[in-house]
Amino acid sequence: MTKLTELTLAEARDGLAKGDFTSRELTQQYLSNMEQGRELNSYIVETGDIALNMADKADEMIRAGNATGMTGIPIAVKDLYCTKDVHSCSASHILNGFKPKYESTVTANLWADGAVMLGKTNMDEFAMGSSNETSFYGPVKNPWRATKENGELETKDYVPGGSSGGSVAAVAAGMAIAATGTDTGGSIRQPAAFTGLVGLKPTYGRCSRWGMIAFASSLDQAGPITKTVRDAAIMMESMASYDVKDSTSVERTVPNYEHALTGDIRGMKIGIPKEYRMDGMPDEIEKLWQQGIEWMKDAGAEIIDISLPHTKYALPTYYIVAPAEASSNLARYDGVKYGLRVEGDGLDGMYKNTRAEGFGAEVKRRILIGTYVLSAGYYDAYYLKAQKIRTLIARDFAKAYEKVDVILTPTTPSAAFAMGEKSDDPIAMYLNDVFTVPASLAGLPAVSVPAGLSEDAMPLGLQLIGRAFDEETVLRAAQVLEHATGFSAKPKIWWGEK
Amino acid sequence: MSVDKRTVAKIADLARIAVTEDELEPLVGELNNILEWIEQLSEVNTDGVAPMTSVVEVDLPWRADKVTDGGYRDAVLANAPESEHGFFTVPKVIE
Amino acid sequence: MAKYIQGATGEWEVVIGLEIHAQVSSEAKLFSGSSTKFGSEPNTQVSFVCSAMPGMLPVINEECIRQAVRTGLAMGCKINLRSVFDRKNYFYADLPQGYQISQFKDPIVGEGVIEVQLEDGSTKAIGVERLHLEQDAGKSLHDQHPSQTYVDLNRCGVALMEIVSMPDMRSAEEAGAYFRKIRTLVRYAGTCDGNMDQGSMRADVNVSVRRPGAELGTRSETKNVNSIRFMMQVIEFESRRQIDLLEDGGTVAQETRKFDPATGTTSSMRSKEEAHDYRYFPDPDLLPLEFTREFVDELAKGLPELPDAKKSRLVTDLGVSEYNASVLVADKENADYFEDLLGDLARKVGQNKAELATRAANWVIVDLFGALKKAGKSITESPISTQHGAELLALQVDGTISGRIAKDVFEIMLESGDNPERIVAEKGLKQMSDTGAIEAMIDEILADNQDKVEQYRGGKDKLFGFFVGQVMKKTQGKANPQVVNQLLRPKLDG
Repeated sequence: MTKLTELTLAEARDGLAKGDFTSRELTQQYLSNMEQGRELNSYIVETGDIALNMADKADEMIRAGNATGMTGIPIAVKDLYCTKDVHSCSASHILNGFKPKYESTVTANLWADGAVMLGKTNMDEFAMGSSNETSFYGPVKNPWRATKENGELETKDYVPGGSSGGSVAAVAAGMAIAATGTDTGGSIRQPAAFTGLVGLKPTYGRCSRWGMIAFASSLDQAGPITKTVRDAAIMMESMASYDVKDSTSVERTVPNYEHALTGDIRGMKIGIPKEYRMDGMPDEIEKLWQQGIEWMKDAGAEIIDISLPHTKYALPTYYIVAPAEASSNLARYDGVKYGLRVEGDGLDGMYKNTRAEGFGAEVKRRILIGTYVLSAGYYDAYYLKAQKIRTLIARDFAKAYEKVDVILTPTTPSAAFAMGEKSDDPIAMYLNDVFTVPASLAGLPAVSVPAGLSEDAMPLGLQLIGRAFDEETVLRAAQVLEHATGFSAKPKIWWGEK
Repeated sequence: MSVDKRTVAKIADLARIAVTEDELEPLVGELNNILEWIEQLSEVNTDGVAPMTSVVEVDLPWRADKVTDGGYRDAVLANAPESEHGFFTVPKVIE
Repeated sequence: MAKYIQGATGEWEVVIGLEIHAQVSSEAKLFSGSSTKFGSEPNTQVSFVCSAMPGMLPVINEECIRQAVRTGLAMGCKINLRSVFDRKNYFYADLPQGYQISQFKDPIVGEGVIEVQLEDGSTKAIGVERLHLEQDAGKSLHDQHPSQTYVDLNRCGVALMEIVSMPDMRSAEEAGAYFRKIRTLVRYAGTCDGNMDQGSMRADVNVSVRRPGAELGTRSETKNVNSIRFMMQVIEFESRRQIDLLEDGGTVAQETRKFDPATGTTSSMRSKEEAHDYRYFPDPDLLPLEFTREFVDELAKGLPELPDAKKSRLVTDLGVSEYNASVLVADKENADYFEDLLGDLARKVGQNKAELATRAANWVIVDLFGALKKAGKSITESPISTQHGAELLALQVDGTISGRIAKDVFEIMLESGDNPERIVAEKGLKQMSDTGAIEAMIDEILADNQDKVEQYRGGKDKLFGFFVGQVMKKTQGKANPQVVNQLLRPKLDG
């Protein structure tokens, strides 16, 4: 029985179908692992009772022959998703105690397919961060620790990446088969890379944003965090849908992504953008990327050098667009309808005190930047300029996709770093997302696949970026890459009862 | 472009975030660092480039004019820090 | 004709611009499916979208788009096939999102010109700058609790059309005429009920003064004025205040003011004095609003005849006087009543409308409107249906009753709502046209009043009326006056 939590989602699905074990058994194993792993701080709220209840219903579905790929699968849900009557606070103090009376479309899709909710996972406050250190509920610890030269594990804590840090930590530590994440500038892909997992950000508009607590509306997308590419394909199919309640969701049938995993990429054209070879990039990242290129070539793909000339402007562009939208999206947290209220001098005093106490430093910083770049006299120079550059970035990709089917890049410029290492330098922190942000700005699907270990044995990922709504090609290439890497490393368990 | 203490105080006021005097100085530094870094965008020629309106090429969906929502006051007020007689309440506003 | 105000130091010209907020007639709100019904219990017409719950998203109501386009067409404005929704960011208790979804740079309706008629019979062209769609805010109640403001979000998210004029008006009268014209147009188009008591229409009034021909002066903006009378008071007060200020060597502040109906004065809204910075940007939750020329043409086809066209038809085709036509078309219900009644009447008496229109218009405007005004009722509450009104007029046209009797029947109809034919029959009010009987009666009266006959024949013509009166008295007013005249004159002159 102890092995149940080591199964992939696909394996668990097959085991449930065959009746090897029940969802209740599987769920109980996970609940027990969650208890063991509390010091990782990956869950803000554990919903054991709900989970067992859902597991029983799932077992019923399976018995009745109504199972889907997700039926009975215990998953973790990022705190950014509104889940009915369950803590949904985007890890912010300002949403103190908020329990929505509605269920987000993505989680509703998962529950309709029989998935089981284990709890709500920790994250950077309002998804603003790349290390999960900005959460009101404290930082999440990466289950991975670097290996010292003497072969022993470091004793210091590493960040799991962010903003979906709790979600990746939960999956990496065997406290969920898979988890929902959200990605605005890399919040699924970067933490997945930091924890040896697969993280898929689908095309903007593929998943409904209804019921997801907004950070930057034109960038936010839901996506799965899983152990394997196949798992991501299965979970993606359940999460995706056209939603009349989201004006930016796109009416397209959801394909069977698992069918796309043919293992055959012969003749596929894979673009290598020269602008991703950045100054000061560690050798091990460069080497991994080269290795990735070789693997794809060996699998029969055609490697084509391409240029995405505006790549270096993506990150500053993102740090105008995202804070601008956030400054407006977060205006609703004013102490009136929900969450925290701190009294003050009159209505304005109440607003100011509530927001001063309710938001953390990074969120405040971004609200202020966003307010500034939209303010009178600066709009054209900042926001409008950024949206024009965004057009240029999207054009770069469109041009590249005239020649290639998918683009291969590193996911991050480094492996996971130690906690506290970058928390005093916002720009150094922002640079974590340098490879993930361009696809976000262009709304393109992208996946991070674990591809190897750093010198000190921390996981590293490679990213595949595809054409809009061509998740199938992205996943097919990702699975070939996954097999080629032979990546099977797991974090050594240092937490819980020894 | 850079900001000074007065500007930061003004922005914070627009954003309705109380900022104390000693928080102001470090904020000026942080914001200026970020703004300086963003400044590199000015080197990009964007003449004649249309700003991005949406990354997806779809038409704005229209909904029928039907009452399909509302009518659940308790759920609307359920999370309110304060409410009375079916209203949200806030500190008295003097106009 | 320039209308200048005489100040202590010379003449001043008042410049007025209006921003009219007209609530779109629709079942549901602009971006959410909750009801727009007026007067419900607080917060019962509020969805999670209206109350800005985390993760909620706007989806546009197609009818609001149509209504805005219809209004634009009715005003003769340019319709923009592509427009954009922006967020206007500011904090207020009844603005739960912390921003209002509005249209800033690219409104749905562009420029046009409205022609208004002034009291002296002249007309004036007033420019419309734009019409855009936006969300209404909720309602703050400040008087329910000593230390708390109560917030009701029922109105929050209801669609408004903001109609912005050019600064083309030069007097309170012009502004009043412009507002009335817009109100008439939206009511014809069916896009806003124009009900000012319920706040369906209100205006922000921009006033400035300048020396004739000089550059525009600094303007004040008086917010949320909810009646035409108040609007005119605001203009009078503001122009006088600004002239006094300037003549005393002061300057006019560009500021937001509010109107106090009790005193007829305006005062500065200190709380809103701080410089606003709304930080408009395109709402990333919505895509640009686009539609085709065909969509617009289809809506144009569905519009009813508009007041200007209707008036010209009443005057040219039906011979109704300019004045009467203006009164009738000012309100669509009035015009509809008149036209229905005229149609019925023409059918009943078998004459064409043009022959009957003047009579019908006079009756509707003088008799009916007079009576309704006295009773404090609107045309839609009229106790006299168009069919009954037409019947009453038909009875006069075919000579069944006299004009005098018609007035009596009309009074009874107002009271009872009864059918005039029945009233005439039951009360025996039918006009007497039997020449034999009337002639006999005349002979009798002449015989009884020989002295008066002599006086008449001696040149006292006025006595003719006395003899008519005697006949009427004898017949209780039922004698056909024409027949009486015809018979009486030869006998007296004889």
